[in-house]
Amino acid sequence: MGELKLMKGNEALAEAAIRAGADAYFGYPITPQSEVIEYLMAEKPHERTGMVVLQAESEVAAINMIYGAAGAGKKVMTSSSSPGISLKQEGLSYIAGAELPCVYANVVRGGPGLGTIQPSQADYFQSTKGGGHGDYRQIVLAPASVQEMADFVKLGFELAFKYRLPVLILSDGVIGQMMEKVELFDQVPRLTDKEIEEKYPWATTGRKKGTERRVITSLALQAHEMEAHNLKLQAKYKTIRENEVRYEAINCDDAEYILVAYGSSARIAQKTVQMARQKGLKVGLFRLITLYPFPSVDMQELCKQGVKGFLAVEMSSGQMVEDVMLAVKGCAKVAHFGRFGGVVHTPEEVLNALEQKIIGG
Amino acid sequence: MTNISLEEIIKPENLVYEKTKLMTDNVLSYCPGCGHGTAHRIAMEIIEELDLQEQTIGIAPVGCSVLAYDFMNIDMQQAAHGRAPAVATGIKRVYPDKIVFTYQGDGDLAAIGTAETIHACNRGENITIIFINNGIYGMTGGQMAPTTIPGMKSSTSPYGRDIKLMGNPLKMTELVAHLPGTYFVTRQAVHTPSAVRKAKRAIRKAFENQRDKKPGVSFVEIVSNCNSGWKMTPTDANKWMEENMFPYYPLGDIKVDGELVK
Repeated sequence: MGELKLMKGNEALAEAAIRAGADAYFGYPITPQSEVIEYLMAEKPHERTGMVVLQAESEVAAINMIYGAAGAGKKVMTSSSSPGISLKQEGLSYIAGAELPCVYANVVRGGPGLGTIQPSQADYFQSTKGGGHGDYRQIVLAPASVQEMADFVKLGFELAFKYRLPVLILSDGVIGQMMEKVELFDQVPRLTDKEIEEKYPWATTGRKKGTERRVITSLALQAHEMEAHNLKLQAKYKTIRENEVRYEAINCDDAEYILVAYGSSARIAQKTVQMARQKGLKVGLFRLITLYPFPSVDMQELCKQGVKGFLAVEMSSGQMVEDVMLAVKGCAKVAHFGRFGGVVHTPEEVLNALEQKIIGG
Repeated sequence: MTNISLEEIIKPENLVYEKTKLMTDNVLSYCPGCGHGTAHRIAMEIIEELDLQEQTIGIAPVGCSVLAYDFMNIDMQQAAHGRAPAVATGIKRVYPDKIVFTYQGDGDLAAIGTAETIHACNRGENITIIFINNGIYGMTGGQMAPTTIPGMKSSTSPYGRDIKLMGNPLKMTELVAHLPGTYFVTRQAVHTPSAVRKAKRAIRKAFENQRDKKPGVSFVEIVSNCNSGWKMTPTDANKWMEENMFPYYPLGDIKVDGELVK
């Protein structure tokens, strides 16, 4: 059993970065995720593992520090909240284009614009449909507990290096700020510079005499070269869709109605499932863990099993619901419920919406 | 002229000069007469002479020199527009013993990348910045740059840069020299053999400072021409540069060993 601690989600994320063997964290403060860099600065990871922590002059600079260090084969992470994540999109597009591995977290707050510092899930489109320019994808992991804030850092790095792309931990103000018991995984050793050189033949670490130079770039001036590069990226995304889908099906075996949710909405929806079951309603929860890749095939299976309706529960005006509709392809009723702009829905509101929009609707 | 046979000329002992092996054989994408090729070459000569290639990582900008990684035969990263100093910071912080440099134009370094430049310099990152200032956006077709001098014509200041409307040129090199995080700041040119020799000495110092872990950024501006963008012949462009650019951007050391030059 690993070390048990009572921690905030943001602190667990930071501690997990050290334990996952990260080489560096580059960040910029923004509510509600500033505890990440505060925890790291206080913890002095340089003394524990040799990990570097640097407060950049902006989110733009931070993500480009990530680009540089990742391009040199290092395990690096950043985090921010919605407006800051918008600023990082240019760098993320370059990282995706240059096929570099990194993990970053978005502790989502209400938007648009400066919005509010209260929790939200309104960055779903930005997270799953691109965010930056160009035809690229990233793996999106949605933690629903402080435990998963820690665990997904380690998983995120494994996936980021396996596929060489950015992995986003899409959290929200609730998960980032709440305190829970967390079992911390054991320290993963950082790779040595020599191990990096041997393991990552693409990493720019200085050209050894008698070897070819290594170049990190996302540029291909010839259109057919750029198309070939895009096809390569798309093939990688297809592999990811086939192999990396993650979700949790709770009370779905006999369910007639399914709540689809992720993150803190999934925690709330779980309570709704209990309340509905007490009323004799056969309701289950389909909790998304990966938002990209989206578990479309598994959701279709639920249709075949006889599910009559899906309620997408999310703290947005209706973003994830579009992917649910695409997944079930009209085989069952699909509706959306969610409070947004920083307001968090209650289990009662969700149950009420289920009864009105799906069961009675 | 003495008659020396071809066999005699190509004997290794008669070799007087050769292209550095740290430049590739790719045909340079620069216009004839442009200073970029010379600046590339002397930077790579210094890396070779100091035997630093195995630990050097260069950062290419966005602009005419975006393809610097096609010409410099070392490990390179291509950065987003203006972000090279942040990219360099990321590399240097995780590899403090490696040599990291950026190669940037004026639009990249002094307009869109102003924040990254100033903060990397102010933090005192132990990196080398080579800054090519030709007072114009060459790659996009000759638009006004942050360094376009007053009255100078460009495609977005077709009647000359009007300071009242378009603001002042930015003397980035003087600006960063006054930050405590810079160790060596100089302004050079590469349009004549003597200028090239001086510029090469400056670049050598900039890399030696980094190699010897002298505290702070070593920053080398090279005032250069853009005959295509300026719509002049290469010879006229160099003459115009001497007569108009150099008075505004005077050549010479501005800060040496962490001290401003009096």
